[in-house]
Amino acid sequence: MKVAVVVFPGSNCDRDAVHGVQLAGAEAELVWHERTDLGGADAVILPGGFAHGDYLRSGAIARFSPVMGAVREHAERGGLTLGICNGFQVLTEARLLPGVLRRNTTLRFEHRWVRLGVERHDTAFTHAVPAGMTLRMPIAHGEGAYWLPEPDLDALEAKGQVVFRYVAPEGNPNGSERAIAGVMNERGNVCGLMPHPERASESMLGSDDGLLLLRSLVESMARVEVAA
Amino acid sequence: MSSAYRFSVSIMPRDGILDPAGRAVEAALPELHADNVHAVRVGRRVELTVESDSAAGARATVDSLAADFLANPLIESWAIEEMAG
Repeated sequence: MKVAVVVFPGSNCDRDAVHGVQLAGAEAELVWHERTDLGGADAVILPGGFAHGDYLRSGAIARFSPVMGAVREHAERGGLTLGICNGFQVLTEARLLPGVLRRNTTLRFEHRWVRLGVERHDTAFTHAVPAGMTLRMPIAHGEGAYWLPEPDLDALEAKGQVVFRYVAPEGNPNGSERAIAGVMNERGNVCGLMPHPERASESMLGSDDGLLLLRSLVESMARVEVAA
Repeated sequence: MSSAYRFSVSIMPRDGILDPAGRAVEAALPELHADNVHAVRVGRRVELTVESDSAAGARATVDSLAADFLANPLIESWAIEEMAG
């Protein structure tokens, strides 16, 4: 089983993501954004960073990178797709996930540890997280305030698409609507979150809570049937 | 025969959408003794040239680029102007 980690010009968490996937027990391959295939990978991670310099809007230019055709096909076939931080921004710009990540309402680049509540334990990305456990993970972003119009937020919640929420004691760090830190698509195979699981994937980093998400992904790859 | 048409696209946060950059600029105004200035909003402007057979064709290209790429319609509005020369 193999995870493709896409590298855009300006990605900077790609190697951390590879390391995290390896710790979680799978192979990982870096895939340069000019490629038009994912090397036969079973899942794909869009990592953190500043793809294409984040010019225009975060993720707006990365959406048109050649590899995104393959990512879209993979996602539409039901393949597991995880966007972390900038990767989450790319997935929203590509309309593979609902919503938009706006500039933090704090007016600051927020770079610190947060606490995440897990709203769904029955997803491909969270099933290894014990019920009731909150996750300690770092954030590092200037544009992470999740936003959708109110009626769309209600629909998102009703469909169970809110997967992660910022919770006490640190609380909501960036002004996200309803403290939303991560969402998934209706089908449940595409997920994005602003916090960095790969930067919390072994205890020497200060937390290994993020490894639970990467392990969930790796264990789910074997179970997910991707149509040819 | 194709001609070059030059456009500007002004992109602004939609009304009612919080604009942290505008708020940051406004927060600096008292230091400049500009207390009579308010309602600051910050957007961006993109200028581009389109090669096209017609002004209408060029405009259609810019319309579509603005909606699909230059702006995010969820949170931003935009205004397109054809520039002289």
